[in-house]
Amino acid sequence: MSNITTVPKPRRNVELLLLILALAVGVGANFLVGLDQDQALDSDFFVQGSTLIFLVFAVHIVLRIRAKYADPIILPVVTAMNGLGLAMIHRIDIATGDQAANRQLLWTGMAIAVLIAVIWLLRDHRVLRRFTYISLIVSAVLLMLPLLPGIGMELNGARIWINLGFATFQPGEIAKITLAIFFAGYLSTNRDLILLAGKKLGPLQLPRWKDMGPMVVAWLVSIGVLIFQRDLGSSILFFGLFMAMIYIATSRVSWILIGLVMIAFGGFVAFKLFPHVTARIDGWLNAFDPEVYNRIGGSHQIVQGLFGLASGGLTGTGLGQGRPDLVTFANSDMIIAAMGEELGLIGLSAIVMLYVLLVSRGIRAALGTRDSFGKLLATGLSFTLALQCFVVIGGVTRLIPLTGLTTPFMAAGGSSLLANWLIIALLLLISDAARRPAMTGPISSGRPRQRGLARIKALGSKPAKNQDPHRTVEVKKP
Amino acid sequence: MDDLVVTALRFGFLILLWLLIISIISALRRDLMIGKKDKTGAPTARQARKNPDLAEQHAAPPRVQAHRLIVVEGPLAGKTLDLAASPILLGRAQEATLVLEDDYASGRHARLFPQGSRWFIEDLGSTNGTYLGDTQLTRALPVEPGAPIRIGKTVIELRP
Repeated sequence: MSNITTVPKPRRNVELLLLILALAVGVGANFLVGLDQDQALDSDFFVQGSTLIFLVFAVHIVLRIRAKYADPIILPVVTAMNGLGLAMIHRIDIATGDQAANRQLLWTGMAIAVLIAVIWLLRDHRVLRRFTYISLIVSAVLLMLPLLPGIGMELNGARIWINLGFATFQPGEIAKITLAIFFAGYLSTNRDLILLAGKKLGPLQLPRWKDMGPMVVAWLVSIGVLIFQRDLGSSILFFGLFMAMIYIATSRVSWILIGLVMIAFGGFVAFKLFPHVTARIDGWLNAFDPEVYNRIGGSHQIVQGLFGLASGGLTGTGLGQGRPDLVTFANSDMIIAAMGEELGLIGLSAIVMLYVLLVSRGIRAALGTRDSFGKLLATGLSFTLALQCFVVIGGVTRLIPLTGLTTPFMAAGGSSLLANWLIIALLLLISDAARRPAMTGPISSGRPRQRGLARIKALGSKPAKNQDPHRTVEVKKP
Repeated sequence: MDDLVVTALRFGFLILLWLLIISIISALRRDLMIGKKDKTGAPTARQARKNPDLAEQHAAPPRVQAHRLIVVEGPLAGKTLDLAASPILLGRAQEATLVLEDDYASGRHARLFPQGSRWFIEDLGSTNGTYLGDTQLTRALPVEPGAPIRIGKTVIELRP
């Protein structure tokens, strides 16, 4: 873990300029969609465009007031992706007669409201460290919810949904954030213990056996998600998140190797034992086999996506001129294929570039921030985004088996959108802490603040001895 | 709709998309000024070769390895701790290696850890901060033997 000094400048005006450009991309995409379908200026376009502009400027103003030094790149990048996603969902709506874009817009509004609330109320990410173990319990509850009879429901083979009556929700999406908070809190506290050396194997320093506990627990949780919820994507995501964070906390390569061995073992057993995993692998390896292609739940979806990408070529068919609606789940699982078809390789690589920039800004915030909890949390959250992109885009392009993860900010789906905007809220807060000028100077600059109970002690009453030792982070109170 | 206009808009949009990325990257350029080397610091090897007295003047004193930690001031004054190869946690929390009974210290206040032949101190997000000499820590800094580390009312030094 290293530290890098940052030039302390708010740079909110840079953000404003980039934001205008990003909105031009998002709203422009939606305009082109309508134009090519000969209904350029319908009411959907105006509602979606103006709502997006209003929401994003609200965030910008909140950042100016509350988190002046937050990273100026993150918000424009996310705005562009959300706008592109909305446009593509709207475009597929026109082809299929659905109303998914307006639902997505509603969720965007909710997600941004939550982001504003987090930035306004939380202010300092270090507060979250107090909730290390609460986050673990919350994650466990969130992962259990879909399995409960009554509210849990199964959709397309995966039992990861809960029915709230008015809407459905995937609690696992929120669980990835609470798990990242738990891992960050746990690892920043116990890093020194885990670092204690065990056996040496060649150049590899293996950890001690008893420190393997957390890794085994993370592995069991991922396997549990795979077996009981039949969700390959989330399973990979949770374990990958833990592996990345323990590596960052300890900088020991042996953790990665141990993790990879565990994945290989778990993956092989799952392939042999569970038909849904076998079908996924089969649809990946033998995608063009007519028998696999025509099977229900076979490779029809992925092959149609590949055909779409192929017909897009280098420059794409142009927004609104392809047939991305031929692919099953074109607006959620396969939105990358739809983008590739209508924007071509040039457009799709721009989208990948946006993700790369977003993840790099997250990791930059981690490098700049001064507390190890914030470092671990920011890297964990950015890694989650990166891993999701890899799993989804790799799946659509048939590099790896297709799994059910969502493309962050683009795919139609409220829970994923909400969770990813929450991640952005945390990254913005951490980057604000990283870039804010540090108060340094001689000791005489101010009287040290005495802690609440200690102040009572100073007045001669009860000693402040039995305070909770886990209260590690105190927020400065004026 | 005119075909020509449609085609122009189609390519125009791709250009707009990449324009966004290029502007982001050029905005980043200024942000990547990663802690520039202190120009007034130690002379370079080239400068030293040209004027030998410069090199001698700035030659680092032989580094003394710290083996003990001693509390100089504060409620625990006089307490010593032998330094091994493992990091040391300072704070009021019971799990700390050196439990400070100092009202101005946080539960997990700071952390001393060895790297190479030196010890580094890192603040763990404490309320009142950690001071090395006169400067408040904003990142991990190397600690030389004899340099005072101040946590609340407690002052700690490393000794050879």
